[in-house]
Amino acid sequence: MSRIGSDDWVEQQELRSEYYTGFTGPARKAFDRVGPGPRFFAFLAICAIFPFFPTVADSDFLIRVGVNVLLFALLALGLNIVVGWAGLLDLGYVAFYGFGAYMYAWLSSSQFDVHLPTELVIPIVITASAGLGLLLGLPSWRLVGDYLAITTLFFAQIFVELMLNLDRLTPPWRDEPLDVTGGPNGIPGIDDMRIFTIDFEQTRDYYFLLLAIFAVVVVGLYYINESRTGRGWRASREDPLAAELMTTPVNRLKLLAFAMGAAVAGLTGSVFAAVQTGVFPQNFEVALLIMIYAALILGGAGSISGAVLGAIIIAAVPEILRTPENARYLFYGVLIASLLIVVRPWKRVAGIVAAAIVFGFAAHEIVALIWPDVVVGVEDGGLGGLLDSWVLVVDDHETLVNFAFVFLVAAVLILTQLRGESRMLLLIPTIYLAAFVWENRLVAEPSVTRQLLFGAILVAMMTKRPQGLLGTPRVENPI
Amino acid sequence: MDVDFFVQQLVNGLTLGSVYALIALGYSMVYGILKLLNFAHGEVYMFGAFIGYFVLSALGGASSPSIPVAPLLVIMFLAAMLGAGLLGVVIERYAYRPLRNAPRIAPLISAIGVSFFLQASALLLFTAQFRTYDTPQLIPIDTTGRIDAGPLHISLTRILVIVSTIGLMIALTLLVSRTRLGKAMRAVSYDREAAAMMGIDPDKVIVATFFIGSALAGAAGVMFGLVFERVFHLMGFTAGLKGFTAAVIGGIGNIPGAMLGGLIIGLAESFSTGYISSTFQNLIVFGILIVILLVRPTGLLGSPVLKKV
Repeated sequence: MSRIGSDDWVEQQELRSEYYTGFTGPARKAFDRVGPGPRFFAFLAICAIFPFFPTVADSDFLIRVGVNVLLFALLALGLNIVVGWAGLLDLGYVAFYGFGAYMYAWLSSSQFDVHLPTELVIPIVITASAGLGLLLGLPSWRLVGDYLAITTLFFAQIFVELMLNLDRLTPPWRDEPLDVTGGPNGIPGIDDMRIFTIDFEQTRDYYFLLLAIFAVVVVGLYYINESRTGRGWRASREDPLAAELMTTPVNRLKLLAFAMGAAVAGLTGSVFAAVQTGVFPQNFEVALLIMIYAALILGGAGSISGAVLGAIIIAAVPEILRTPENARYLFYGVLIASLLIVVRPWKRVAGIVAAAIVFGFAAHEIVALIWPDVVVGVEDGGLGGLLDSWVLVVDDHETLVNFAFVFLVAAVLILTQLRGESRMLLLIPTIYLAAFVWENRLVAEPSVTRQLLFGAILVAMMTKRPQGLLGTPRVENPI
Repeated sequence: MDVDFFVQQLVNGLTLGSVYALIALGYSMVYGILKLLNFAHGEVYMFGAFIGYFVLSALGGASSPSIPVAPLLVIMFLAAMLGAGLLGVVIERYAYRPLRNAPRIAPLISAIGVSFFLQASALLLFTAQFRTYDTPQLIPIDTTGRIDAGPLHISLTRILVIVSTIGLMIALTLLVSRTRLGKAMRAVSYDREAAAMMGIDPDKVIVATFFIGSALAGAAGVMFGLVFERVFHLMGFTAGLKGFTAAVIGGIGNIPGAMLGGLIIGLAESFSTGYISSTFQNLIVFGILIVILLVRPTGLLGSPVLKKV
């Protein structure tokens, strides 16, 4: 809502100049000014390191992470078609992924004793997923926005429920129950892929297979986005009514977006099934959907490179969190980096860090004096003995840490509202509190930390930078 | 047909329906004013249930409560409603208000993020274990704690839930139709800008709406805990979905509609569990929703929306 007596354009300019202030301002400004073309080529250049990853990564674990990153990138690219380009909030996306995986499992495992050649299975999976996408896209003709979101979410729920419960199905023409999906136990023992005499046995092989698929999908999507179809999608996203009047076939384009997104997801799902050599209903739950959304939103919906970048971050960071040692470096690194971005002028950062360190040592000493039995040191303190006497690690005081967590959330929320000196003052104990909660609780529970992180990412990105890291800011008319 | 079984299912359905109706009211009110689907509402309900549980255990637990049962229940409800209401206000302030004029998709994604964050927080704070209210200890289900009518036995807890839901709904209807705040709410939901020009502060009204809606969800959480006893960190997600379903079936933004929708969903769920199969109860509920959404998107009691160009 614009202020009375001010011009829309002037106000936007003012907001923009306010936005690009501080230490990182010029860099962000320059970054946002780079056009989509150069950005895409920079992205391709970065992607060129993917093929060399397996030669550097020596352990199976790292290859596995690489496969995960690629799976995520493909999923985010598929979701980007529906959410980013066509602007349809599809919360049933993860069902297509699951459907592709189950299709592959049905057609090449001992579940029904069907072992079709992979060259045949993959087209079947893609066609079937696209068909399902068309079907689920149909509600988008009548429903928009929230209603579409909730309807598709129900489809996702129904998919998981069906996969969980279709293990004792008794069709009318049979006497004994038929096990279609294996229920909660899923379908194990899925065949490896074998495409034209190439056997895919190791995770490393699948990495290259995924890379090939990734390359095809990225290039294909790039050209589709540049084509009439892509323009049609964007037009119907911005204003469906106007687009319809300009003879854009809005409804057909919506279906096409759903079908293409579903096809990409289904293809990814079939590779996932082969890599995992099994499919289980819990692989396709809403948590995964949130992760894909987090990847897309973080990178920037509507941008190919953004989707890929988001997927890399979302899929790789949790792996770092897995070992406390690396998680610790990541935490303090991110803490300082975000200080650099948030605190202005940036010279203050040094002062704040110093103050936080002093504050920490003092707090540690005082608590150690008053309740010596509570304090235990950091186990294998990563940053030398420094952390040991800085951050408090308490023994067996879950309630205390729980309260600290609640206070931390409250403090961060209050921080976003404060300006000036009071903000700096509150920042110091908040940093310490964050370190306290981190060392006492989060570092030991990577899965919860991951969830907290994704939820926070979605909210923070939406409120601070809705276009994501690599997206281009859009001017939209709020309705 | 077994009448006793039928009546049991009916009472079950009414109880569940009451819980869903209360959740639905929160969705409906928020949607009516902001046109925002508050995905985090289910999580607010879950937190309400936990607050009720912790008040109960702080006051001695179900087996040896330190104060009489009636005030204990009142305190549980009040604490849960207050806590949930404040949580709702905080969510609105930090996750939705900055996005007031953003494209519609932005607050929706933010809401999903809040929901995920709250779920993870609950997992961190309360761990993954089930907590039990242990209601039979609190309100015995022997002859003193239930009503007998021939072969039928209806537990007092369920009656309490149904009656207090009706009470809350009457209070809400009066609030919306008779008070200044209610008038302001209706005005803001009708046209926010025009209301602002008439001297109504939309932000205040929105905060009040979030508080009331979330408080109702908190009450629903305690009711769920009292009847079904188990509370856990994932309870908000499906309950939230069903509450939204109820709101949509009745016609979103419409208070009597939310009550009707809640009852329909509750009854459908309990009868499909009782007569068809418990594994497919969610499928049946979601199936009903999809059909209603596609056939009559404005719900049973909703009025058609005019589209302005």
